[in-house]
Amino acid sequence: MEKRVQFRSTWLPWVLLAPQLIVIGVFFFWPAGQALLQSFQLQDAFGVSTEWVGMDNFKTLFNDPGYLASFKTTAVFSVLVAGLGIGLSLMLAIFADRIIKGALFYKTLLIVPYAVAPAVAGVLWVFMFSPSLGVLAYALGKLGINWNYLLNSVDAMTLIVIAAVWKQISYNFLFFLAGLQSIPKSLIEAAAIDGARPWRRFWTIQLPLLSPTTFYLFVINVVYAFFDTFAIVDSTTHGGPGQDTSILVYKVYYDGFKALDLGGSAAQSVVLMIIVISLTVAQFRYVEKKVQY
Amino acid sequence: MKLKFAAVAVAAAFSLSAQAQTEIQWWHSMTAVNGEWINDLAKDFNASQSKYKIVPTYKGSYDESLAAGIAAYRAGNAPHILQVFEVGTATMMASKGAIVPVGKIMQDAGEKFDTKVYIPAVGSYYTDSKGQMQSFPFNSSTTVFYYNKDAFKAAGLNPDKPPTTWPEVTLAAAKLKASGNKCPFTTAWQTWVQLESFSAWHNVEYATKSNGMSGMDARLKVDSPLHLRHFENLSNMAKQGLFVYKGRQSVPEASFIAGECAMMSTSSGFYGNAAKNAKFAFGVATLPYYPDVPGAPQNTVIGGASLWVMAGKKAEEYKGIAQFFTFISRPEVQSASHKRTGYLPVTLAAFDLTEKSGYYKQNPGTDVAPNQMIKKVTGNSRGLRLGNLPQIRAVEDEELEQVWAGKKTPQEALDAIVKRGNELLERFQKANKS
Repeated sequence: MEKRVQFRSTWLPWVLLAPQLIVIGVFFFWPAGQALLQSFQLQDAFGVSTEWVGMDNFKTLFNDPGYLASFKTTAVFSVLVAGLGIGLSLMLAIFADRIIKGALFYKTLLIVPYAVAPAVAGVLWVFMFSPSLGVLAYALGKLGINWNYLLNSVDAMTLIVIAAVWKQISYNFLFFLAGLQSIPKSLIEAAAIDGARPWRRFWTIQLPLLSPTTFYLFVINVVYAFFDTFAIVDSTTHGGPGQDTSILVYKVYYDGFKALDLGGSAAQSVVLMIIVISLTVAQFRYVEKKVQY
Repeated sequence: MKLKFAAVAVAAAFSLSAQAQTEIQWWHSMTAVNGEWINDLAKDFNASQSKYKIVPTYKGSYDESLAAGIAAYRAGNAPHILQVFEVGTATMMASKGAIVPVGKIMQDAGEKFDTKVYIPAVGSYYTDSKGQMQSFPFNSSTTVFYYNKDAFKAAGLNPDKPPTTWPEVTLAAAKLKASGNKCPFTTAWQTWVQLESFSAWHNVEYATKSNGMSGMDARLKVDSPLHLRHFENLSNMAKQGLFVYKGRQSVPEASFIAGECAMMSTSSGFYGNAAKNAKFAFGVATLPYYPDVPGAPQNTVIGGASLWVMAGKKAEEYKGIAQFFTFISRPEVQSASHKRTGYLPVTLAAFDLTEKSGYYKQNPGTDVAPNQMIKKVTGNSRGLRLGNLPQIRAVEDEELEQVWAGKKTPQEALDAIVKRGNELLERFQKANKS
């Protein structure tokens, strides 16, 4: 008694898989393969002359103290973006979930930032925080805080973290809200009858039941912080002051598209790819075990 | 009305098929007022003859359109003309086979073309060591000094006597500060103004091999005693609140327009913006210098962009490009462009024509930039031709910010610039060996 549906055809599964395979092939394996190839080459901008240089591009990278420092910068940035992004949006989702009047209005407002392009998000925050002209910089000045992201590294990091988190909150919020709404009301009510206060109910019921969502968002947010944030840095700090906000992906973008050093940029994207793949594997191997589905 | 449109459409379709115009694609990076200027140049040329049609297309900022041009070339559909900013010159020139020198285009088409008519510091920037002009000098600017006349008055300074030397700038800044000014002096484009132009202005090397003009094995020389003295001076000014750092590239310009910073060095191309938006009287002066340095002031270096002709096009198309270049080289066209955009008159004839028209008298300060440039250039002031220059400028920005933040001494920063910059130069030399 075989219960599984069996396909006798040898070609049908492939045909059904083809669209997905083509998409992955064209948008991931092809460019990734090209990056790998180019990371071993030294090429002029127009591709007129190409030279195979072996590991030279990688050696140059790892001999550059600025590049090594940018690992630390990226780690700090990613932890802050993922941590704050998830924390804040979870809080907002819980509030939005409890609200009765005007829920749609609040939800819509919270979702809007997701439609904003990263570069635009960066510019928006730069306007508000510009040391000379910004509204928020002016308000901070009135409070006696000398805000200057142009020369103060902490201020600069704060600025890009705020812009990156603000941009991502909507996405996280949507998932958390959906997650919260799929938790059966009876569980919460039962706990309430047993005398659990909202805070206790959140810790012992909602948060554990949200763990698959949280885990998914954690992976997504880390990937977002690693890859999607170069436009924010490019439109705000340009990696400064010094190199203190020069995260890895910004340097990939800058060296490749602005400075036209394709070999160096490709080598960096290979390094970045390795980091993200190993991070994702680690997340699935170790963190996922703690997730209750 | 409808009938009229239809008639025009039919006529247009007819003329297109009847004449079979040769289209010439021109990719550029000019926006707003300057974008209209580009479109008008193309329109005027297209109206002046019927064989060729220049089609200008905006392709984003300078680095974006360069990247777009390169991608298009790699894909085999490059435009005919590509506008490339001055720091991309070495990249373009090293790409043998991707471009055709303008001198050759003009010669092949039988167009009269004399490189001597250009202001020396402009012409030499785009000419190779063998005297062949590689790209067509188009929009050029240079570095000048702006000051807020109202702020000068308020501080008890003479608004008609701007500081001309660095010691005078420091004195003026101190007086401005005493009068309550929070940002006496700032600089936009610190790498272009305080390093590249500063070196040419004082007739000292920025890099060996005549700043890279005579060989790709050039190395940076910005750790000289004079450079060190200048940055120690600026660093001291920063500590006393006389110089306030306001960001990279053109970002600080907003602080001048807002009336926050009283003195600022930046591009001559800033004039139009200031004239339109500043709510106070401002003046333009030459870039300050150190009076005890022999040979100073020399001339400043240019910024802006030039037009490159891409390889692999038809002979007939090159002919049209040559005619277009001849058209926009005419002194009256150049003079009109200069007045309209604030970019330098790139030929001496255009400068003379503008002077005769009385324009400089009516718009005081607009002649500062051309006068600063019209000089016989030296090996140190012809311009720069360094590979990876955009990256070198980024390194300079990074290191100088450490000085303004008090994390590095000027000596440490300049040493780091030379070390990191030379690594980039070596890399470019290796990538462009053939």
